[in-house]
Amino acid sequence: MRAFAYERPADLAGAFALLAEHGPDARLLAGGTDLIIRLRDGSIRPRLVVDVKRIGELDDGIRDTSDGLIIGARTTMTAIAADERIRRDYTALADAAAVVGAVQIRNRATLAGNVCNASPAADTAPALLVYDARVVAAGPAGERRIPIDAFFVRSGVTTLAPGEVVTAIELPVPTGRRGAVHVRRTRRRGHDLAAVTLACSIDAAGVTRLAYGSVGPRPVLAWGDTSLLADRSASDHAKAELLERLFTDARPSPTSMRASPDYRLAMLRVLGLRAVRAAIDRLQAQGVRP
Amino acid sequence: MTAIRIELTVNGRPRSVPVEAHHTLLEALRDDLGLTGTKECCLVGECGACTVIVDGVSVDSCLMLAAEADGAAITTVEGLAGTDGVDRVQRAFLATGAAQCGFCIPGQLMSARALLAITAHPTKAEVEEGLAGNLCRCAGYEQIIEAVLLAADEPDAGDGTSEPAEPAP
Repeated sequence: MRAFAYERPADLAGAFALLAEHGPDARLLAGGTDLIIRLRDGSIRPRLVVDVKRIGELDDGIRDTSDGLIIGARTTMTAIAADERIRRDYTALADAAAVVGAVQIRNRATLAGNVCNASPAADTAPALLVYDARVVAAGPAGERRIPIDAFFVRSGVTTLAPGEVVTAIELPVPTGRRGAVHVRRTRRRGHDLAAVTLACSIDAAGVTRLAYGSVGPRPVLAWGDTSLLADRSASDHAKAELLERLFTDARPSPTSMRASPDYRLAMLRVLGLRAVRAAIDRLQAQGVRP
Repeated sequence: MTAIRIELTVNGRPRSVPVEAHHTLLEALRDDLGLTGTKECCLVGECGACTVIVDGVSVDSCLMLAAEADGAAITTVEGLAGTDGVDRVQRAFLATGAAQCGFCIPGQLMSARALLAITAHPTKAEVEEGLAGNLCRCAGYEQIIEAVLLAADEPDAGDGTSEPAEPAP
């Protein structure tokens, strides 16, 4: 690895000062499971790595508030996948966190790091989109909340401003019961990046939210009337036709080595229907019929 | 080059080590502390050969800077055996013939220890998931899984960081 300096500020003010001084020559380090790979392969060459894990204002907990669940910037995938509240109320996120890498990766990787890395294939991204998560960003000018759909731009690029630090991810309070699921397609069983990653949530009123990733430069929240998907009397054929329209923003890269565009689009349709069925099953398991 | 002094506990022993800012925990363990049981292999967090236990959880030491380990308690494969014997997981690996070429085994052992510390009696599926981040190029997975299940059936003699010695088979 190329040499760089390492700092671990004790508070946000210290982090802001380092980011202001070093600008684009500084990179933030949370879990490191993406950053250290890129430091080693030379695709990023910062002069300074700023470790956020000793910043006093950042925590590794998951807190209940009137605004919803607040996941601290240091919270790992392992903690998220195991959290009872997330497993109950944000099931798709628990599903997704449980398949990020293998145990060793999940023990280090953070949700905040996963969203800041902004990989199109990030497994937590579709779930966060489905749940209307907000990214809490702090900067020298104060704190702001960025809707997750307005956070992702393209691979590796977000709307986080230079000098800002993500301090938490917020999940709004659920408005009622819902069945939600995360599904993915990988080249092999076990530990792999997804060729398609998708989340679906259906509530008791039949409102269906669907988001998908790894089929374009950024994860996408499907937009449009989705009510047919939760309709038990609608045929799979009708649902598949609707999904086709909801997936129009899928633009798989022709140069990716993980899967061809045709395969990804075909699997997106399969996973879309499968996720709708699984979400309905989970809703019914709670005694709710959409 | 920026040297940073870190204080950490390795296999129960306090160590104070100057490390380069851009060196990983793996490099510190192998090159600075001479603990070469932890293996360097893929360096992208896929193979698990470099797995060690940091503050009770398994991590890929190739994806952690040495500086991040300041203040941490680390267990490496060298910390599993007592003064005159191997621990129950190592004994089970020997009993089932889980080690073939042996290169992945330190990482497999550390993942197995970390799994058993959380799930004392895992199912086969839980063992597969718990060790999914450890590849074996000899493809000795069946024996490795069998070994972990066997170890789970034996009484745990210690806390999983350095067990009291028992005679080697």
